[in-house]
Amino acid sequence: MSKKVTNSYEEKARAAENKKAAIGDDIDLSLYKSSFAQAATHVDTKNISKKDKGLMLSAGVMLDDLSQRSGTFVQMDNTPIHSSIRQEGIEIMATSQAMAKYEWLKDYWWQAVAVDADKYTAHVELHQSNGYFIRALPGAKTVYPVQACLYLNKTGLIQDVHNIVIAEEGSELHIITGCTTAFKNEPGLHLGVSEFFIKKDAKVTFTMIHSWTPQVGVRPRTGAIIEKNGLFLSNYVIMKPVQSLQLYPAARCVGENATVRFNTVMVSPPNSKMDIGSRVFLDAKRARTEIVSRAITTGGDIIARGYIDGSKPDVKGHLECRGLIMGDSGTIHAIPELKGTLAGVDLSHEAAVGKIAEEEVEYLMARGLTRDEATAAIIRGFLKVDIEGLPPMLNSEMQKAIADSEKELF
Amino acid sequence: MDSEYLLEINGLTTRIDNREILHGLNLRIQPGETHVIFGPNGSGKTTLMMTIMGFPKYRVTKGSIFFKGKDITHLPLDERARLGIGISLQRPPVVRGVKTRDMVAACLKKEDGSEIIEKLAKKANLADFLDRDINHGFSGGEIKRSELLQLLAQAPEVSLLDEPESGVDLENIALIGELINNLLQKIHPIRKRTHSGLIISHTGHILEYVNARTGYVMCNGRIVCEGDPHDILNTIKDKGYQECVSCLRR
Ligand SMILES: Nc1ncnc2c1ncn2[C@@H]1O[C@H](COP(=O)(O)OP(=O)(O)O)[C@@H](O)[C@H]1O
Ligand SMILES: [Mg+2]
Repeated sequence: MSKKVTNSYEEKARAAENKKAAIGDDIDLSLYKSSFAQAATHVDTKNISKKDKGLMLSAGVMLDDLSQRSGTFVQMDNTPIHSSIRQEGIEIMATSQAMAKYEWLKDYWWQAVAVDADKYTAHVELHQSNGYFIRALPGAKTVYPVQACLYLNKTGLIQDVHNIVIAEEGSELHIITGCTTAFKNEPGLHLGVSEFFIKKDAKVTFTMIHSWTPQVGVRPRTGAIIEKNGLFLSNYVIMKPVQSLQLYPAARCVGENATVRFNTVMVSPPNSKMDIGSRVFLDAKRARTEIVSRAITTGGDIIARGYIDGSKPDVKGHLECRGLIMGDSGTIHAIPELKGTLAGVDLSHEAAVGKIAEEEVEYLMARGLTRDEATAAIIRGFLKVDIEGLPPMLNSEMQKAIADSEKELF
Repeated sequence: MDSEYLLEINGLTTRIDNREILHGLNLRIQPGETHVIFGPNGSGKTTLMMTIMGFPKYRVTKGSIFFKGKDITHLPLDERARLGIGISLQRPPVVRGVKTRDMVAACLKKEDGSEIIEKLAKKANLADFLDRDINHGFSGGEIKRSELLQLLAQAPEVSLLDEPESGVDLENIALIGELINNLLQKIHPIRKRTHSGLIISHTGHILEYVNARTGYVMCNGRIVCEGDPHDILNTIKDKGYQECVSCLRR
């Protein structure tokens, strides 16, 4: 890695150190401890405590049986503690290790997310963060998903993460990531930069389950670049409390026929603040996208955003955002946006926010379900987004994560 | 209380949003019988069905409803369903994410009913609809068959069928008739039937497929005529509902 490049990012980051984010509450970083990235270690998953494993499992990360995964990565606070691979053609390691191994990786560094986007990206750069590097070699296809866990263990700390995912030409990569905390009522802050590079004819499905606690702040910064015929399918689930979470990943289709799908399921309990959206830039002919989100508040506040920008011929995009308000408090603010800069674009959106339709509850009651059973069935249905292209196993794991959280919530 | 009637309605008065829609209605159905209600649009036929089923918006202000000798006038909707009353709605809502299979399973109330569900769905020619969101993008006829499919799984003692043939094309109307006959146990002789039906028919087509014992004409929230269903239908076909309205005025 050339010194000059590093310096220029560092300079930009320094200049952005106090730059507030465009959206979301401003978080005072000085209230948290910052630490520098620690060298990667290797802990056998057998030696990770039962309690930690249990928490990780609730975020979809299975450490007791690695046979159902193509590879595994675990980072605790700022220390990567485990990387293992079970399939040829797949690479998984800490980003610091990958930077040391591959000179060319600098060409990807901060290419999908701007280093000076805001103070959070700047903080990640300035603390030489670790994170996961996942790569599928040309033509490699994961049989099982690769899993990664980002775990907040110490209280009052900022976890800085810089992830890089590269799907080389014609490869297929399924990833499940879980983010969670070891503590319940203490503060913590997760800053996660993720950069995705999906090459020609490659396919990436990325399923992320967040399971935070009421005093934790979260500011992920995600960018994806999708080349010709590439597919990026991103699923995001958050159903647990969080103090303040804001994310607005941006995917850019730069090659013909590139396709992006974002599915988001969010449930905001009392005192939780979630500002969650997805952005897609259709910058190539016949690029397509579908953004689907389901939001439920049981008392917390939700801003559900969506943005599609169509600037090339024959692009097509649809945005669907539906929100349910349960109970007497809580808000859902849906902000769907479309921008077309060409006659040949086809962009549409539908958004609806309201309470459960009484007519639907009564319909199910007329079949003999009690009011509570009917309501539960409707909520279950509401949260069931049909996800095309997700391997059945991941789909069922995601549905299970949703169902488990549902039981606690309603 | 012992009663020979499965369903007994006395002086039923129903309000929606404080507007009186039904004005003191009487109706009695014995086990195994099927009755048909005719009447012009807006006469209160759907309101009667919804009131019997117990939808909360339909408020009973006078009169009573007895089912199997039990006063259910103020019983909640879901309890009536569990007691053995079922309804096929004229315009059921779409419930996104809730599959037809889920609805049929809810009706069936069996631990593992998947085989029965498949069998019934096949019978209703809806095998491909089980994994679709209920009523989402269904045609008129598909909605009617899906409603009947749910009732077949529920097997209620009284089936309230609100215009089961409206919007159904001719090819499918025979199938609708067959499903209704299944529901009402038409393979058994009358004496052995325990399941009864109350069918609203705007057109009367259904009489070609389903045997009904009694017909009624409803006008302006009242039953104005009672008799042989075929006779009534012929009168309506000849002279229109105008005859019934003037009949009431006399
Ligand atoms: N939800 C409602 N709110 C207000 N009025 C209603 C409602 N449903 C029905 N009505 C009125 O009640 C009367 C009877 O309607 P309905 O029972 O649907 O008649 P039918 O089924 O015979 O066509 C009509 O005048 C109709 O406008
Ligand atoms: Mg009607």
